[in-house]
Amino acid sequence: MTTSTPILETQGLNKWFGGLHVTNEVDFRLDPGEIHCLIGPNGAGKSTLFKLLLGEHTPSAGRILFEGKEITIEPSFARIRRGISVKFQVPGIFKELRVHHNLEIALQRRLKGDALDAEIERLLGFLNLREQADKLAGALSHGQKQWLEIGMAVSLRPKLLLLDEPTAGMTPDETHATGEVIQALNAEGVTVLAVEHDMAFVRQIAQRVTVLHFGAVFAQGTIDEIVADDRVAAIYLGQGYD
Amino acid sequence: MANSPHKMLFHKRLEGPQTLGKGKGFWSGFLLVLAAACVYPLFADGYDVGNNVYFFNWVFMALGLCLIWGYGGILSFGQVAFFGIAGYCYGILTINWGAAYGLSLVALGLAVVVAGLVAALLGYFLFYGRINGVFLGIVTLSFTLVCERFMAQTAGPQWTVGTARLNGFNGMGGMPPLTIPWFGNDIILFPDVQLYYLILALLVAVYLGLRVLLNSRFGNVLVALRDNPERAEMLGYDIRRYQLTAFVIASMLAGLSGALYTAWGQYITPSSMGMTAAALPIIWVAVGGRGDITTTLVGTLLVLAGFQALTVYGSQYALVLMGALLVITVLAAPQGLVMGVVNLTTRLWRRFTKEARS
Ligand SMILES: Nc1ncnc2c1ncn2[C@@H]1O[C@H](COP(=O)(O)OP(=O)(O)OP(=O)(O)O)[C@@H](O)[C@H]1O
Ligand SMILES: [Mg+2]
Repeated sequence: MTTSTPILETQGLNKWFGGLHVTNEVDFRLDPGEIHCLIGPNGAGKSTLFKLLLGEHTPSAGRILFEGKEITIEPSFARIRRGISVKFQVPGIFKELRVHHNLEIALQRRLKGDALDAEIERLLGFLNLREQADKLAGALSHGQKQWLEIGMAVSLRPKLLLLDEPTAGMTPDETHATGEVIQALNAEGVTVLAVEHDMAFVRQIAQRVTVLHFGAVFAQGTIDEIVADDRVAAIYLGQGYD
Repeated sequence: MANSPHKMLFHKRLEGPQTLGKGKGFWSGFLLVLAAACVYPLFADGYDVGNNVYFFNWVFMALGLCLIWGYGGILSFGQVAFFGIAGYCYGILTINWGAAYGLSLVALGLAVVVAGLVAALLGYFLFYGRINGVFLGIVTLSFTLVCERFMAQTAGPQWTVGTARLNGFNGMGGMPPLTIPWFGNDIILFPDVQLYYLILALLVAVYLGLRVLLNSRFGNVLVALRDNPERAEMLGYDIRRYQLTAFVIASMLAGLSGALYTAWGQYITPSSMGMTAAALPIIWVAVGGRGDITTTLVGTLLVLAGFQALTVYGSQYALVLMGALLVITVLAAPQGLVMGVVNLTTRLWRRFTKEARS
């Protein structure tokens, strides 16, 4: 188990935006089947790391491997087809299209005909959006948009799910429910990498935690190890973070 | 489920989320309009029928622009380039081949294919070079102006292709009209009733074909990438391939317009690819309502008819009024005037039925 191929690995990953070093020599391994949380102060480079993994930015240096195969310069859609799926920090839905249409577009690569209709129905129920099915997605509440996007990301049946602040703007109840959904997916074999600020949520789901600071890996361990680490507390306190 | 699944699917795609109009009411109206269009030549004189063919010629290009701009969110300023390319192609081929044995129809098909190939080449660099937004507009406009300049300097006798003289700014003329071989007694589709029916049939086929395409999985992806290209790509769609495909289809439709126009008037000039020509399709589509092919179709015909009526008072005035019409549309009904009327009537109708119920 210890020597199994990581589902995702970065080697010496770097990204500069002009003079700004946003990703700094990141060597990162994600084991298949784990729930891993990525935390760090605002501007630490968490979202940028996601965008590098997805091919939205190209790395200035370093390599990215998915299931042992190099994907560093592969276009985004090809990475998705390998089994990566994402929910962005800013809700990434089709605002001008209806809710069920959003789901249809997410599902139509995998399903068609009656199976497609049935899966849309099932997801609408699961996401608690049945009454909003005919609404434009842009008219949903913030929390509902988050749910819709999670639903679209999940509907691809990914091997690896990337979630950038999945619970931002949710009530504590919704947050907890999201955690349960993530754990249920994980039980089905989906590997999860989530960026989160909500430490209660991180405690609920994370098996391992990585702390990013100024673009570099600052600490790594279980949630208890991270919470007990004074250096980690210091970088958050330095930012006035609670 | 007595119908075969295939039939169901096709029927389902004639109406759907991407096209206005569904149910018995809409299709009855459609058949009524179509029937009227079919019997119209029986009651009109030849000149008017020929005039209507002229209007119909342009609609293909407008529908193509609606596809990429309205549905795909890509504003191409250069659709007239493909109009011109196909027009010249038709001229060169038919002047060399003549129109016997159905060769004019082959030339029509080839002209459309050539327009598609040029669009594929240009589109490849545009979309795979990730050029979009206003830059795409600039590049496509430059492309059409370059085509215009190029053709305008072909006045000299050295500019011939086979027996066809390109003729520079004066334009190329004298190509044969479309001709259907018919047991040694060819039907010449001169601006007249037969050509009218041919083009009407093409128009219906293209309109229905586009409806099916737009409500298919392809159409879903097209509107998805207009809305949020990043999300579309992150669902596993190679969005550049979809953009390129839509661009090629749109350009082939522009080519169809150009070749038909050339066959209709037996004449094509470089100014068909010029600045004014480039602006007009954008006005038709914007005024009708680029978000839907039916509003585009209706809007294009209305604007063309209006334009024609105005040119009686001089084409400069007509052009200025076209510009004014575009400004009014952008300010008052950004979704398009025909679309605005459609939206308003549906809203009034809903309110009316609601009141009637309570
Ligand atoms: N496209 C870009 N060009 C230039 N600088 C950028 C770009 N994207 C991000 N940055 C900068 O990189 C740094 C890291 O940004 P990033 O969004 O990755 O942080 P983050 O850890 O996700 O923060 P948050 O918790 O606020 O979401 C920030 O200083 C940001 O301003
Ligand atoms: Mg972020």
